[in-house]
Amino acid sequence: MPDSLKAALARFRRSHEFWLLAVILLLCAGLGVANAQFLTMQNLFDLLTSYAFVGILALGLLVVLIAGGIDISFTATASVAQYVALAFANAYGANWFTVFAIAMGTGLALGAINAQFIQKLRIPSIIVSVATLNIFYGLLIFVTGGKYIYSLPDWFATGIFWFEFDWGKTSSYGVNLQILVLGVSFLITWLLLNRTNIGRQVYAMGGNPDAAQRLGFHTFRLNMLVYCYMGVMAGAASLVQAQLAQSVAPTVLVGKELDVVAAVVLGGASLSGGVGTVLGTFLGLTLLAVLQNGLILLGVSSYWSQLFVGLVILISVSVTAWSQRERRARRVRA
Amino acid sequence: MKQETSLSWLQRVGRSLGGGTIGTLTLLLVSLWVVFALVIGDRFFSASTLQSMAFQMPELGILSLAMMLALLSGGLNLSIIATANLTGLTIAFMLTRTVPGSEGIAWVGWQLVAIAAGFAVAGLIGLINGYVIAYLNVSPILATLGTMTLCKGVAIGLTRGNVISGFPDPIIFIGNGTIFGVPFALVVFALCAVPVAILLNATPFGAKVYLIGSNEKATRYSGVDTRAVLLRLYVYSSLLAGVAAVVMMARFNSANAAYGESYLLVTILAAVLGGVDPFGGFGKVGGLVLALAILQMISSAFNLLNLSQFLTLAIWGGILIAVAAVPHLRALLRR
Amino acid sequence: MSGISKRFGGVHALRNVDLTLEAGEVHCLVGENGSGKSTLIKIISGVQAPEPGGRISIAGQDYPHLNPVRSTHCGIQVIYQDLSLFPNLSVAENIAIGQHLGGLRTVDWTAMRTIALNAMAKVGAEFDPDTKVAELPIAGRQLVAICRALAADARLIIMDEPTASLTRHEVDALIALVSELKRAGICIVFVSHRLDEVLEIAERVTVLRDGAKVGTFAADTIDSRKLSHLMTGHAFDYDIQPYHVSAAPVVLEIKGLGRDGDYEDIDLTLRSGEILGLTGLLGSGRTELALSLFGMNPPDRGAILLDGKPVTLASNAEAIRQGIAYVPEDRLTLGLILDQSITSNLTLTVLERLAGRLGLISAGTRKDHVAQWVSRLGIKVSDPENPVKTLSGGNQQRVVLAKWMATNPRVLILDSPTVGVDISAKDGIYEVIRRLADAGVAVLLISDEIPEVLYHSHRVLVMRHGRLTLDVPASQTSEPALRQAVNA
Repeated sequence: MPDSLKAALARFRRSHEFWLLAVILLLCAGLGVANAQFLTMQNLFDLLTSYAFVGILALGLLVVLIAGGIDISFTATASVAQYVALAFANAYGANWFTVFAIAMGTGLALGAINAQFIQKLRIPSIIVSVATLNIFYGLLIFVTGGKYIYSLPDWFATGIFWFEFDWGKTSSYGVNLQILVLGVSFLITWLLLNRTNIGRQVYAMGGNPDAAQRLGFHTFRLNMLVYCYMGVMAGAASLVQAQLAQSVAPTVLVGKELDVVAAVVLGGASLSGGVGTVLGTFLGLTLLAVLQNGLILLGVSSYWSQLFVGLVILISVSVTAWSQRERRARRVRA
Repeated sequence: MKQETSLSWLQRVGRSLGGGTIGTLTLLLVSLWVVFALVIGDRFFSASTLQSMAFQMPELGILSLAMMLALLSGGLNLSIIATANLTGLTIAFMLTRTVPGSEGIAWVGWQLVAIAAGFAVAGLIGLINGYVIAYLNVSPILATLGTMTLCKGVAIGLTRGNVISGFPDPIIFIGNGTIFGVPFALVVFALCAVPVAILLNATPFGAKVYLIGSNEKATRYSGVDTRAVLLRLYVYSSLLAGVAAVVMMARFNSANAAYGESYLLVTILAAVLGGVDPFGGFGKVGGLVLALAILQMISSAFNLLNLSQFLTLAIWGGILIAVAAVPHLRALLRR
Repeated sequence: MSGISKRFGGVHALRNVDLTLEAGEVHCLVGENGSGKSTLIKIISGVQAPEPGGRISIAGQDYPHLNPVRSTHCGIQVIYQDLSLFPNLSVAENIAIGQHLGGLRTVDWTAMRTIALNAMAKVGAEFDPDTKVAELPIAGRQLVAICRALAADARLIIMDEPTASLTRHEVDALIALVSELKRAGICIVFVSHRLDEVLEIAERVTVLRDGAKVGTFAADTIDSRKLSHLMTGHAFDYDIQPYHVSAAPVVLEIKGLGRDGDYEDIDLTLRSGEILGLTGLLGSGRTELALSLFGMNPPDRGAILLDGKPVTLASNAEAIRQGIAYVPEDRLTLGLILDQSITSNLTLTVLERLAGRLGLISAGTRKDHVAQWVSRLGIKVSDPENPVKTLSGGNQQRVVLAKWMATNPRVLILDSPTVGVDISAKDGIYEVIRRLADAGVAVLLISDEIPEVLYHSHRVLVMRHGRLTLDVPASQTSEPALRQAVNA
């Protein structure tokens, strides 16, 4: 069907993702020319590894935003999940399966609490998640005294290193824990949103909640699922982070909420629900990662990198908004 | 008959203060007061306790006012803390590089110039926010996320993350001095809150802000230049962040690119607890002040009880959910 | 169904209503706001249960009450006025989503497409099933909603105000489609405000008033006048107004006004005290012209003259300063700020004037202003601090009128001022308009209801494809003549 393919291409050309991709490619080309290091495998793997935490959380948040809600308690959820899982592993011993089960189960439980507050008490999700961020985080530090855990089980500290292969003479690469979990998260979220009935219902509910109710959707269950999914993602992300940092640090995750929000909304997800794609989130994340990484490689002092990130966010959202307004104006005229 | 009019009068007072939320909050404040008084006893009423409460509240209070303004219009201002820090650094920079003489007219004048320069920076950030949100139609959360990162970037870049400290006495006084036993910072807060309340309740500008918060398009169709209103609103929000900056730098006797970052979500918490609708259109300064008083009282009491400040955070969150649930629970009871 | 009652608290929303719907018939349900139409629909669709004692029988099977699932199972589909579509999803998904509510199963995109294409073939819809619904025009979205009902094997389709935002051409297409569906044995229930349309499309009409059934009538035995009498219990007869303002000074004059894509070559004059009716199909350019006069849609060519002097209206604030007021068609999203108080809405246009020294507005001034306008227009208000959405449609529209009258306009543009207003409340609005004209205000009354412009204006203009095609005193034309001019 070349016609429908053409139509699909035309739709893509008009989409937010297309422009984002164009910007990223330009940026990559520029950085590649300016610094030979940028386009190396080494750098690519480093980038994926260091952005895995934000990326996994972004996928959870994407699902929540599509459903028409918002959650910013995920950093607190991650802190709790990380502490519970690794404290358990230290005390009773565990393996990969059990730590992930515990962390994701903890996240699921906290997500369910959010969903209950939102649904049963009819409180807007923004209020609930601002509140539970403080509750989860406050209680965690109160109970643990904010102490770091530096001694992690050996198998956890070592991590994993799959599909090892050599590149050139000096270095070898493989899939580490961060990249594995990030990849699996992308795959599962994409399958959920695009290949299951539930995923399509999440989109539908975000697009028109009243209609969803009228058509007999189980909106309670859908919302439950969405916030629990966010919690599970927070649980997974927390272990990825702990493994990378080689420690459990209950106080360092809270405060990173807006990095995640930035990646998702730069990727085109709308805060009013129903809009957003896994590809867009990937590109939003990539833009932020490439930018920060590129600045370092260009020798820009790390003190100044945030300035450029701010500029890029501001310019890209302004240009997007401006071009949308132009298009709308033209359509009115036509 | 008499009773009826007095009832409606009460209702009107209640409503002008912010409706049902005010009642709930007042009740909560009084009950917390009683509980803490019983648990803690005399120490809770000591002058030093009251004063320490009054010293901590103003900076959070002023920042919450800044957040509230944006929330009322249906927006959000994530850049308030970054604005405050950049403003504080600007003032600190000027005060520590050049100080003409000491205790002369030039000395006082230079401090005023420094503060004015700080406000100019804050105002400029407000203009950027307002322009991008009102004229380019960027969603407020994205626009202010951008300016937040930008401002913080400038601040870190210029200071390399270092602290600038050591200010002249008049500046220190703003954060630490008292007038007749009342902390000067609290006076500053009042000097912000009262004009903001008047602005919102008794001026055309304020009325327009509420209406824009509920339905911007209909407000525009009624002949209101909504873009100009929004631009002005974000400038005010930024200037309030600037005032908070002065109080903050004065209290710490230093300025830094990363002070007060944990305040950001707390300002939203305080505003929403005070009855500000997170989707815009509703909320009163009176409610916000009550909410701040509640938050501060819990924090001070826990401090006296030697409980962790993090438990305070958790309780704050719990209170927010409890208060936000009241309307729904009340509706359930009525049925 | 028979003996259907429904109470909310102490209020009877429906009293002992009987209704029979036959396969392959087009049945219209009419009644004023609050007459119980929507409650009846909700009971049929199973969203609400009737009081015990009612009986619903579908194809010989009796039910004490329905629920949404059972009602869908019985082939009952409701198309609400807002269409209940998902704008962010594709046409195919919107049509087939009802068949894909199962849990964690994978989406069968091929089956979805087949279902959608089948339904679309039945109604002759020819758009790409992968298009997002948000990108379709209103008429297209309506087709999607109908397709969704058909995909669910509907035997009874209830359409709530289906023509409200369609152009005449699109209404004709819809009527043709409805007869097509009828032939397939599907029963269609039409709920509509537009009485002439009701009579055009229906075989039988059921009238509800105050929760009770007035009767069911064969459509060919009644006319729209009788129908409105049945709905309201009052007779409303209007006479054409004589043209007596030809000597009054010209307030507004438009010469050769044009805007690319909207309208072209518009010439008109509007005199003090004159009510000028402007009618035309949706999309004929009437609203765009009105917006240009209100400074919100700048024209490309031509001149607007007020009192003989050319003016440039760069913004609506400027237009208001020049004495032009505009009541938009969409009262609920543009005319009013529904969540805010009556006071806020009434004072919105005159805030600067109410402000005293220091630019402050005292509570007293605000209250006096509101009290004055509430009494002048007879707005029924229990407490002016209540949200304006608590008022009835007629009273809401009076708030809109008051808010604009407070600006002392010399030219008042009314875009479809009685949409969604009950027949009996309409009369009060016409009265206000007449009084304004008598006081010397020049009124431009835009409406797509031909009787409205004919009986309530002095002079009538017809707009087609962005051009004025007719300019005639009301006394020299008639309903059929205008209808011809509009649709020709």
